[in-house]
Amino acid sequence: MNVPILQMRGITKTFPGVKALQDVTLDVNRGEVHAICGENGAGKSTLMKVLSGVYAHNTFDGDILFENEPCEFSSISDSEKRGIVIIHQELALSPYLSIAENIYLGNELASNGWVDWRKTNLEAAKLLARVGLSENPVTPIQQISVGKQQLVEIAKALSKEVKLLILDEPTAALNDEDSDHLLDLILHLKGQGVTCIIISHKLNEIRKVADAVTIIRDGKSIETLRLDQGQITQERIIRGMVGRDLESLYPERSPVIGEEVLRIEDWTVQHPQDHARMVVNGASLNVRKGEVVGLAGLMGAGRTELAMSVFGRTYGRAVSGKVYKYGKEIDTSTVSGAIGHGIAYATEDRKHYGLNLIEDIKRNISMAALRKLAKGGWVDKNEETTVANRYRKSMNIKAPSVAAITGKLSGGNQQKVVLSKWMFSDPDVLILDEPTRGIDVGAKFEIYTIIGQLAAEGKAVIVISSELPELLGICDRIYTLSAGHITGEVPIAEATQETLMHFMTKEKE
Amino acid sequence: MSALRESLGFLTSRLRQVGIFVALILIVLLFQVLTNGILLEPQNVSNLVVQNSYILILAIGMVMVIIAGHIDLSVGSVAGFIGAVAGVMIVQWGWPWWAAIPACLLVGALVGAWQGYWIAYVGIPAFIVTLAGMLIFRGLTLITLKNQQITPFPNELRALGGGFLPDISGGTSVLEWLTVILGVGGTAAILFQAIKERRVRTKFALENEPMAWFAVKNGFIAVLMLIITFLLASYRGTPIVLVVLAVLVILYSALMNNSIFGRHTYAIGGNLHAAELSGIKTKRVTFRLFVNMGVLAALAGLVFTARLNSAQPAGGTGFELDSIAAAFIGGAAVQGGIGTVAGAMIGGLIMGVLNNGMSILGLGTDYQQLIKGLVLLLAVGFDIFNKNRSGSGGGSSLTRRFKWKTTPPATETVPKTTAEPVGADAK
Repeated sequence: MNVPILQMRGITKTFPGVKALQDVTLDVNRGEVHAICGENGAGKSTLMKVLSGVYAHNTFDGDILFENEPCEFSSISDSEKRGIVIIHQELALSPYLSIAENIYLGNELASNGWVDWRKTNLEAAKLLARVGLSENPVTPIQQISVGKQQLVEIAKALSKEVKLLILDEPTAALNDEDSDHLLDLILHLKGQGVTCIIISHKLNEIRKVADAVTIIRDGKSIETLRLDQGQITQERIIRGMVGRDLESLYPERSPVIGEEVLRIEDWTVQHPQDHARMVVNGASLNVRKGEVVGLAGLMGAGRTELAMSVFGRTYGRAVSGKVYKYGKEIDTSTVSGAIGHGIAYATEDRKHYGLNLIEDIKRNISMAALRKLAKGGWVDKNEETTVANRYRKSMNIKAPSVAAITGKLSGGNQQKVVLSKWMFSDPDVLILDEPTRGIDVGAKFEIYTIIGQLAAEGKAVIVISSELPELLGICDRIYTLSAGHITGEVPIAEATQETLMHFMTKEKE
Repeated sequence: MSALRESLGFLTSRLRQVGIFVALILIVLLFQVLTNGILLEPQNVSNLVVQNSYILILAIGMVMVIIAGHIDLSVGSVAGFIGAVAGVMIVQWGWPWWAAIPACLLVGALVGAWQGYWIAYVGIPAFIVTLAGMLIFRGLTLITLKNQQITPFPNELRALGGGFLPDISGGTSVLEWLTVILGVGGTAAILFQAIKERRVRTKFALENEPMAWFAVKNGFIAVLMLIITFLLASYRGTPIVLVVLAVLVILYSALMNNSIFGRHTYAIGGNLHAAELSGIKTKRVTFRLFVNMGVLAALAGLVFTARLNSAQPAGGTGFELDSIAAAFIGGAAVQGGIGTVAGAMIGGLIMGVLNNGMSILGLGTDYQQLIKGLVLLLAVGFDIFNKNRSGSGGGSSLTRRFKWKTTPPATETVPKTTAEPVGADAK
């Protein structure tokens, strides 16, 4: 039975300044479903990119044996030739092309350069039957749901005569019904001899399909649990995922918590395209003066979506629910309205949503509150420079001057510019989405200090983070989100990584 | 030695700004030689200003639209349409010029509001809306004029196109003194502003240009302005349209640099999402930009009609291309967020000198178009080449593209001294 199909040995992958993978070992047997578990950023996706040739063989150390033969892939097409197909979390389908066209995209059934449409559609229909999808192959992709699109991706993989199918968080964007169907299909394919690697942190899914689980933490493979040895239990997986030493330190705080500043009640948000999916579902939470509240959740739990829908409806559709500030209902349906009510939202994606990278520091800092610097529509540039210099000093932004271009700063300094921008808008509530993402350890400490100072000044702070130690280190109270529901509210004294992870992976009743 | 190296380093970091200025001077010198000195004869300099004024007026609005990440293909047709409307109002209905001019500007604003509505609030790309506008307003021009030109216009309106400020010496002096006073006064004001700006930057510990470069640049601008003043003063004085243009350039440069509206425009073009998430009312800003473009197109249409002394069915054809070219040659970025009014003026003058010089040489429009096209391509190509070079090499083409998209180098972002805008208006 246990014949190895894939052996990865001593995989080490380094990015500038970061060791993403360190001496990782992975053994997958033929015909099994092998789950890879780990927190966000643990290195799961990097490992799969190493395996599928996204990172060429000379950019990492270690050996890969597939069907007992060494692999040296330079690109995805190399790995696909050997029967290794990866399906990424963001689907790579072209929305206006038909299902059949998408299945054979880049691999067209053609003779002499002319596409054989009859054959394409016929073969596509056969593949669709194999994945249990009863759609006409000529239907444009955008007309079918995300769940069905996921199945089309699998059909596409099957068309390449896949031996090892890698699914990166396949159910992150799916509703429950579609998720179930997909998991059934994985088991079905396993029956047909396809080996599967599934990246997931939904523990109930793993228990349903996995024959083995490899846990990755901080770029290292921790252990491999096997079903036939009775090792796959929720407790064991959670312990493996979070059981690390706290390396980074957090500044001391002595919180003085006052009255409630912001309360969100029964907040519900539909997915902008998939109307059947509730990205946030009946969430209620509050935050008080001087308090740092954490929002924990795994990928796709709806944390950013919750924050952005509150902040000027910048995400989702059919948003319902109420927002109260100091007990009075407020209207946050436009960004300027939300800012006017003293709410600030610092995005998780500062390059695309937070900064104007081609502008200088001072103009970025003044962007959200330019009116404060202006008289009759004209900006006082000297005052602007003075303000920017003040933040450069107090936030310790490392740049030659405030006329430096933000695109040339390091991640930590860019984040400080974003924080300066929102501090200058003088908010009462700050929502910080992944404030330390992509920032080195030293700058993280500075950001934590700033967050502590903001709370000490009487601001109410909500921190969204994928790093549990970070939340435990800086928050006074932590909410957990799972599939759009608030599944727990834990005071810091009772919070441990294990309890949080339990709530974060909890399914709704 | 280190001062020299510092200056050189500074110049390479601002290759684009310096380059375009040098390019303008080289082109002027080239045609001065090729035309045996006709190019810089007083009368021709005066002509050059008047001939290009309407393109420069359009280029002001165009560079603002481009900075916000849009485009306007309709300005030529709109200018033609307003010329037709002016013809009907003044010649056929007998409206006085002082009522017709504001009325025409208002019609221009309405045209801009119409296009701005579709672009900002309905969300149709500006390229499509203004391409439609190009056809719509050309059609309306033909309908308004019933396919015939309308002429003649009263002298007061014609002065807007070809008139000069009155000669205070009564035409007895060799030099026209009002022009001399304006030119010398303007030059002094520019130098004063530049020095003040430099002091402020020093005070706030912002990087300054190296002293040598500062002195050379401003000395050069001053000499240039004085030469032009001399040339204009020794012909018929200051064209009225030059005064209009100078006021517009000063006003719009200040608007783009110092007003909330201008800063929001740069923010939208630089990163639309970040602007939205900073509470900027992006739709309203876009709408206003197109209303403004409509008004400027109307003004350009009036100047053009006044100069020709007739409203013509084909009036304004091709203006959109010249003004777009001016903005891009002047350093505006196709993806938005970068560009200056002063740059667009220099870009417009390069096109103008090329047109004028080649006409004097007797080259037909065939060669003129060929050469102008190549100049546009070279100017923007130079830009891209510069960006690729300064973005660190290596990586796949995908990462290079990514880099190019997210972190374009900082060419135009240091606030300009007001010297440059006014310096540009001297021509």
